[in-house]
Formats: sequence, structure tokens, C-alpha cells
Amino acid sequence: MLILGTVIVTALVTIGLTALLVNIFERKQEARNPFFTVVPLTDETEDPAIWGKNFPLQYDDYKKTVDQERTRFGGSEAIPKTPTQVDPRSIVAQSKLEEDPRLKAMWAGYAFSKDFREERGHAYMLDDQSFTERQQVVKQPGTCAQCHASVYVPYKRLGKGDLTKGFEIMNQMPYTEARKEFKHPVACIDCHDSQTMQLRVTRPGFMEGIAAYKASQGIQNYDVNKMATRQEMRTFVCGQCHVEYYFKGPEKRLVYPWAKGLKVENILAYYDEAKFKDWTHADTGALTLKAQHPEFELWNQGIHARSGVSCADCHMPYKRVGAMKISDHHVRSPLLNINNACQTCHKWPEAELKARVETIQERTYQLRNLAMDALMDLINDIKAAKAAGKTDADLALAQDFQRRGQFYLDFVEAENSTGFHAPQEAARILGESINFLRKGQLAVRDPKALTPPTPPTTQTAQATK
Amino acid sequence: MKFTTRLTRLTKTKLIVISVILGLATGLGSYTFIYAKGYSYLTNDPNACANCHIMQEQFDGWVKSSHRNAATCNDCHTPSGFVAKYANKASNGFWHSFGFTTGWFHEPIQIKPHNREITENACRKCHTSIVEAIEPHGLPQNQLDCLQCHRNVGHLH
Repeated sequence: MLILGTVIVTALVTIGLTALLVNIFERKQEARNPFFTVVPLTDETEDPAIWGKNFPLQYDDYKKTVDQERTRFGGSEAIPKTPTQVDPRSIVAQSKLEEDPRLKAMWAGYAFSKDFREERGHAYMLDDQSFTERQQVVKQPGTCAQCHASVYVPYKRLGKGDLTKGFEIMNQMPYTEARKEFKHPVACIDCHDSQTMQLRVTRPGFMEGIAAYKASQGIQNYDVNKMATRQEMRTFVCGQCHVEYYFKGPEKRLVYPWAKGLKVENILAYYDEAKFKDWTHADTGALTLKAQHPEFELWNQGIHARSGVSCADCHMPYKRVGAMKISDHHVRSPLLNINNACQTCHKWPEAELKARVETIQERTYQLRNLAMDALMDLINDIKAAKAAGKTDADLALAQDFQRRGQFYLDFVEAENSTGFHAPQEAARILGESINFLRKGQLAVRDPKALTPPTPPTTQTAQATK
Repeated sequence: MKFTTRLTRLTKTKLIVISVILGLATGLGSYTFIYAKGYSYLTNDPNACANCHIMQEQFDGWVKSSHRNAATCNDCHTPSGFVAKYANKASNGFWHSFGFTTGWFHEPIQIKPHNREITENACRKCHTSIVEAIEPHGLPQNQLDCLQCHRNVGHLH
């Protein structure tokens, strides 16, 4: 009995010790070699699977962006769909137009009123752009590819080594023709230097946009790849696409409207000066703008930006795999990863942090709904006035208020955080939107009773940051 | 006479078997101890805490912290008194080894209430004269929580 007991106890101790020994051995090995070069990478290596051979942990996470998971106000649901000749997708995201039909009235006469769905993970960016119904109702230019595909190598190929030249060439191609030039959604090479793995900006649109913004702050000839800090780059690589933009002129150049600043009034002032409109509203004749997805701009007005927290800190938080610390390349909502995304800095229970975020989003959503109702009221009033015989000249002021109020509303609506990136700024924008839209209704009745909206002064524009 | 010899022989065999088994475990244990730089845990050197990689961030933070020239990991994370100190080290050492080997622990790593109390007391160990002037009297739960506001003095996170 004594022998048996001793054998069992000692065996258990030895198992524990061996497990500990092997574990320590493994961690030591991992710490010694952060990665193995299995295949050589060059500035032409487009396929992320090849990079994945050297960086399997990052690549495995990257592939997880196929996940479709909902949060309270974001994320997507996988909706089954019958594949057709023009759209072979068998799964799509839920339709936002069906969720809120007011959006159709907001975008009347514009392709977005035909098909607008919840955004999905990076893995779907190329398919969702290639096959959206919007492609079938309007001819899109190759400019769209800058953000929806891995275009670094194709740009260089088209420009014979000159990135900006390739960008200009592809912008002017019809989308269907440009589509043949690229194969992958955003890939490793779009953010990383193949030799050093350092972050870098590869999109001419952002390089020019950030230089214009820095110039407005008094910094001339800003070269993002030479002058940005490492922490700034952890935001800028995301800001290459998660921004407001427009296609300038007949050459369809992709431009980020930041020359006056990053706040909504700076951007609107820029568009006013450029006399730019995305389309003429079908029901009211207003010269309307479609806000895109100004995550970078709104984040810049918030407390996280002020505190030096980058996009990657929350959307690609560091995680530990064995002895290694890596950035989580499963880019997603921090609400699906509160532990690593929020609790590194905020020592509160998960439920508390989730409730804080959702409270902000709920409040923003309520204001957004008020603004949306105000917009519907204004559109209906202008329609009724037109039916009663009023001309565009009579309604010019009301239409101008619609342009402003609608752009402000869309700025928050199209932004992917339901106000969280800068809660007070989002509330201010929606408050101003409601004010513009209700003033628009007054302008339908008696334009002379109102002073036209004044463009923001240079002082307000400078006040950004 | 015969019976006694047999018993002695049997006891001898038993003793040898037990000794071999214990010897194996001790040998494996000693090797693991040396390979894992176990002896470094008996010192006050903060490098020892970064042995197991997971504390690398905390170590890097401490290097840049205001306490770098005044306190090492042990000054804030072990209780005073030789016995209490090494008992705490042994207990933490066991649970760390267990956690990392099984992979069964909260990540990012979090301090346990008992260890947090030790750190809280460590603040008072050095800053008594300041704390005494502002410390409320009465129940322990009325005590001020140093770390609520000064969380980053030792290291970030």
C-alpha cells in the first residue's frame, strides 16, 4: 500500500514537473524566435497567404474577419440569398433600407436608395463592393478600388513603379475594367513594409488628404511615411479608408476634404467652396451630399484620440500567444473583445463597460431618430410646396438647409460607432442637424424671416484640436 | 531469525524503490528549477519577474516609472517579514506555474485581492507620514485606496 501510494503521488508530481519543464522550454523557444522566414517576401508579394507562411499567427487572425457577429448597434447578420448571374453571393448582410425605410427618402434619386446593407468584416470588402446592386444602377469608376481592394501592387504596376501615377490611371478606368487589375481585399502589403514589417501608408488619397490637413495646421510638405510617429501610424493605416471622401472632377481623383479641418463644419465648408454635390435630391431638388464613413474624423474629436489611443489599440488590441505579444489581426468591434480591448486601461467589469458604451450609443441613436424625423418633415414640406406651385428659387433657402441638415445627420449615421468615437461631438452634430432641418421647414413657409446659414469662420476651423 | 531477515530484506527493497522514485522526482525537479532559473526568484532582482515573459510589459513599465529608483517588484508585491515574504512568493510561484502550464488564468493577467492588499499596504510602508495625515479613522473599509488614483506609479496596466 505504501509503495503504491508513493508511486501514485510521485507520478503526479513528476507529471506536473514535466509539464512545467516542457512549457518553460516552449516559451523560451518562442521568445528566442519571434518568427521564421519560410518564404522570402518582396514589395510585389500581393497574396496574404504567402505572408501567412512567415506570420501564421497574424494570418490566422486576419482570416477570422469572415465572422459575422452582431453587437447591439453594429455588426452584421448573415442573411441567406439565392445566387444569381450578376451577384453570386449566397450570404449577404441585412438591408439597412428595410430596417429604416426613411433612408430611402433621404437618398431619393441616388444609388444608395437601391441597396444599402450593414457593413461586414474586411474579408467581404471586395465582394460586397463588386456585387452591390448600386453597381447595376450606376457606372462606378476605378477610384472605388482604393479602399475596397489590395491595390498597392496594381497601382505600382499601372504606374510603372509610380504609385500616384497608377492611382490616377486606375481612377479613370470604369470599375468593371479596373476590377480585372486586382484580386484580394485589403492584405498585409497594404499596411506593412515587406522587409521590416513596419507600418506604412500606401494610399495616395490619404497621403494628400493628411498633407492638406497638416497644411491647415501650419505644417507644410507633410510626408506621412517620414513624419508620423509609430503610434500615429497605428491610426493612419486605418484612416486610409475609414474617412469621408469625394471624387473630384472628370478625372475622378479621390480627395479627402480636409483642407479646412476635420470637423463636420470644416468639411461642409470645403464642399460649399468647391460647389460640390453628390446628387440632386429627386423629391426636393436640393443639392445634396452623401457622407461616407468618417470614423477617422469623428474619432479625432473624441477623448480616446486626445489621450493618444489609436484605432489599433481597441480594434486590434495586443494579445499574448505563448511567449509572444502580437496585435490581434481579427479586426472587429471592441465590444466583442472587451477584455483585451477595454480592460487593459479601464479596470471595470465587462458588463459595466458594455453598458457604458451602449448607453452612449442608445442616446446617439435617439437623437439620430429625431434628426431623421425632422428630415422627413422637411422633405415632405418642400414636396408639398412644389406641388402647390412654388419654384426652386422660392425654395432655395429651404433646399440649402436640407443640404446642411442632411449632411450633418448622415455624418453620424454613416459613421461606424453610433456616436461612441466622440459622444459629445456626435450629439452636437445631430443637434445642429435638427436645427438646420427645422429652420428649413420655416424657410419653406417664409424664407425672408430667416437669415441664411453662415459658413463657419476660419477661427472655428482652426479650433480643431 | 529467518523471519527477521526476510522482513529486513523486504524493507530494504521497499526503501530502495521509494528512494529511486523520490530521487527521480527530485532530479527532474532540480533540473526544472535550474533550467527555469528558479533560484533567481529568491533574489530581489526585478529581471526575475520577467523570466516568464508575461510580466514583460509590467517590467518595461516599471523601468520607465517614477518608482524605479525607489522600489523593486518585491518592495510592492511581497509582505514584510522573512517568513511572510517567502510564503507569499512560494504560493504565487505555485499558482503562476500552475496557471501558465495549464493555460487556465485570466488574460490580461489580473492581481488577486490578497496580493492587491499587500501592494496597498506597501504604499503605506514607505509613505506613512503622508498617509497618516489624510487617513480616515475607523473601519478598514473606510481606508483610502491608494491604487484607485495612483495606479500608474509602479507600472502601467
